[in-house]
Amino acid sequence: MKKEEGIFKILSQKPWEASQAVIDNDHDGKTFGISKAKLGVRTIMTVSTVIFSLFIVAYADRMLIHDWRSMPEPWLLWVNTAVLIMNSYFFHNVKISADQNNSKEIKRGLYTVGLLAYSFLIGQIIVWYQLLSLGYFAASNVANAFFYLFTALHGLHLLGGLYFWGRVTSKFLKGNYKLPSVQHAIELCAIYWHFLLFVWLVLFGLMLFT
Amino acid sequence: MSDEFEHKIETKADTIADAGSVTSGSTAGIDYVPAHERPDQELYHSHSWWTTYVFSQDAKYIGIQYALTAIGTGLIGLVLSWMMRLQLAFPGLGILEPSSYYQFITMHGMIMVIYLLTALFLGGFGNLLIPLMCGARDMAFPYVNMISYWAFLLAVIILLASFFVPGGPTGAGWTLYPPQAITSGTPGSSAGIVLMLISLCVFVAGFTMGGLNYIITMLQSRARGMTLMRLPLTCWGIFTATVLALLAFPALLVGCIMMTLDSLLGTSFFMPAMISMGEHLSYDGGSPLLFQHLFWFFGHPEVYIIALPAFGIISDLISVHARKNIFGYRMMVWAIVGIGALSFFVWAHHMYVSGMTPWFGYFFATTTLIIAVPTAIKVYNWVLTLWRGNIQLTLPMLFSLAFIVTFVNGGLTGIFLGNVTVDVPLSDTYFVVAHFHMVMGIAPILVVFGAIYHWFPLITGRMLNEGMGRIHFWITFLGSYAIYFPMHYQGFVGVPRRYFEIYDSPYIATSTLHLNVFITIAALIVGAAQLVFLFNLIYSARAGEKSEKNPWKANSLEWLTPEMPPGHGNFGKELPVVYRWAYDFNVPGADKDYIPQTVPPSEVRSAKVEKT
Ligand code: HEM
Ligand SMILES: [Cu+2]
Repeated sequence: MKKEEGIFKILSQKPWEASQAVIDNDHDGKTFGISKAKLGVRTIMTVSTVIFSLFIVAYADRMLIHDWRSMPEPWLLWVNTAVLIMNSYFFHNVKISADQNNSKEIKRGLYTVGLLAYSFLIGQIIVWYQLLSLGYFAASNVANAFFYLFTALHGLHLLGGLYFWGRVTSKFLKGNYKLPSVQHAIELCAIYWHFLLFVWLVLFGLMLFT
Repeated sequence: MSDEFEHKIETKADTIADAGSVTSGSTAGIDYVPAHERPDQELYHSHSWWTTYVFSQDAKYIGIQYALTAIGTGLIGLVLSWMMRLQLAFPGLGILEPSSYYQFITMHGMIMVIYLLTALFLGGFGNLLIPLMCGARDMAFPYVNMISYWAFLLAVIILLASFFVPGGPTGAGWTLYPPQAITSGTPGSSAGIVLMLISLCVFVAGFTMGGLNYIITMLQSRARGMTLMRLPLTCWGIFTATVLALLAFPALLVGCIMMTLDSLLGTSFFMPAMISMGEHLSYDGGSPLLFQHLFWFFGHPEVYIIALPAFGIISDLISVHARKNIFGYRMMVWAIVGIGALSFFVWAHHMYVSGMTPWFGYFFATTTLIIAVPTAIKVYNWVLTLWRGNIQLTLPMLFSLAFIVTFVNGGLTGIFLGNVTVDVPLSDTYFVVAHFHMVMGIAPILVVFGAIYHWFPLITGRMLNEGMGRIHFWITFLGSYAIYFPMHYQGFVGVPRRYFEIYDSPYIATSTLHLNVFITIAALIVGAAQLVFLFNLIYSARAGEKSEKNPWKANSLEWLTPEMPPGHGNFGKELPVVYRWAYDFNVPGADKDYIPQTVPPSEVRSAKVEKT
């Protein structure tokens, strides 16, 4: 869309010089050639990455202390993971149908991803329930506490995504939408979903191997 | 957010008619600007009183809401400090219980750092100035921006609610270190601390929404011709501070969430095995040091979250009121960015006495001294800007000068404290209290005052009263030194910090007792001077002298709006077009001593261009 300048190049400009002024006058006032919403989603993903990374650091630090007792991973977690992978995959498909403006497919796809996302959340709650009934309380060992914390935070992120999914879907169903805006919204949701899948795989892997 | 998707996608071709180049054929050569397509920002228009003034989505109103809420909360922090000072000066009167003293220092510290200064610089000045200085009609996501303010207000309400719960607010100190923060015996260890932690979480969530707006507006909705390097330094300061905040606040959030769980669910993230009142608590294995690392990984950048906007604002005030371009603009930007990056690598200088290995300490002492380099560069550049400037001793200039002196003072003691061997004996004494009040209390507050005197006409269309302003300035400036200079000495003779009473101890010189009385009287006088300021604000907003447009003859876009105070949408029908940076003061050959950013080269043909 446009030339993107590196940060060092920007920082070495001399805005007071006549030759630079000629170039600068031509500038359209945007730093990146992407929409504000996309930049917003990227920023949010960056902040979330920092949050999860700090939790992982805390996990790694706390793990080394003598009282740590790892927690079993119920088989249902594998199912949930599979559901989340499918969820991402279908979101990718919705994005493709949106790009092709295939409204029947878009509609079907949006329903599918919503359904999968909610079943993932329900699956996670069932895992919680199973673990609690086996006596793995948050207070009994900190490994359990980390498990509940990670799943809860990841779930909350997914709920946030579902809010925007709901807005796109209802707009789409009402029919009075402008195509580019729906395409863009679906694209952004898809990016976010892939991000959440990645986060989950990292968290799940971490808990699996420790 | 998805409503906002729309106007980002449809690129409504809207060609900017360039005022300068179309009018006369002869000028077309030098200020030629090619017609460009530019997506129009669809502006939200409010329809009722409520949506205009209360649930406002206009960044200017949100900024004022932020500022008023922050200042109101700050006044509570000020009153708390009076009570503490009275207690320290006259322990015999029994003004405060020991437990209330702890609660008051905690609330005072937290309020001042987070709910006053962070909220005021980023939420207040950020919202007010970013769209105006960048030449945008509003923030990128006005609705999210509005939610950000209401989240802040909610956080303040939760914080203040902790005064009224059983046990009162937390008395753990503003650093909230576990295990004592949630162990019985500390004031407010059950309800108070939980409310504090929740309030901080809400604040972080609200700030993230605001921060998203600040950086995306600055990156993506600037006016035509406004490159990043043409932005006033105020924008650079706020921008970098926001990036720091978005990366550092998560550490606070993570710490708060885990401590809340420790307190409510009995998890052992931070809580080690402990015996309290003869009983084994159910905690085991938690790591209090982990909290300290998380807290200071947030806490040190937080210092710069306050300082960087102050640096930026002060650069602009000095340049405008000394009628001179800022010395070394690029170096100033580099310093801001460099300080921002380095600030993530110094956090453990707050933990020299925590028992970590000394080698670790030396690493952090080194980084701490390195970060002093760009900071010192900034100070030199401010001084060099003043050098042979046409210095106007206006109120903003007075406050700027006071800032430089105070900041240098606090910065020098910071270099002392950054060294492990010096810090170990001085840590937890009044030397530390004096240091951080100078560098992150008084210095930024002076900037806040300077900025308010400077931008008040932009907000209200009236000038603040000069006489009252001068009284306010001299009492505040001299008074702060009367308060904090003696504290350095108290620190040297070993008066400990966070003690509600200095008993008759053979180790404490009697002079400290007299000094305490002196400091308290000074603090009360400085506090009273703030009432003059408040009165000035209210009085001048209603009956102050009407200000002309652009009263300080500044160059940046916020003063170049068609009406002052700027109306809805900021810039009338056409967005401004920018032809130069914000620092063209006293350009040789120009007829006036300033050239606003929107003046095309054709109108100032005789002006010479600087060569470097
Ligand atoms: C005239 C204004 C002020 C006065 C008289 C004042 C006074 C005090 C006093 C008496 C203490 C307690 C010292 C102790 O016993 O350890 C304190 C602590 C503190 N103050 Fe201030 N203060 C003022 C302004 C500020 C400002 C503007 C800030 C903003 C950064 C600030 C930040 C703090 C912090 C962070 C603490 C430490 C709290 C703790 O130990 O947990 N103060 N102040
Ligand atoms: Cu620090």
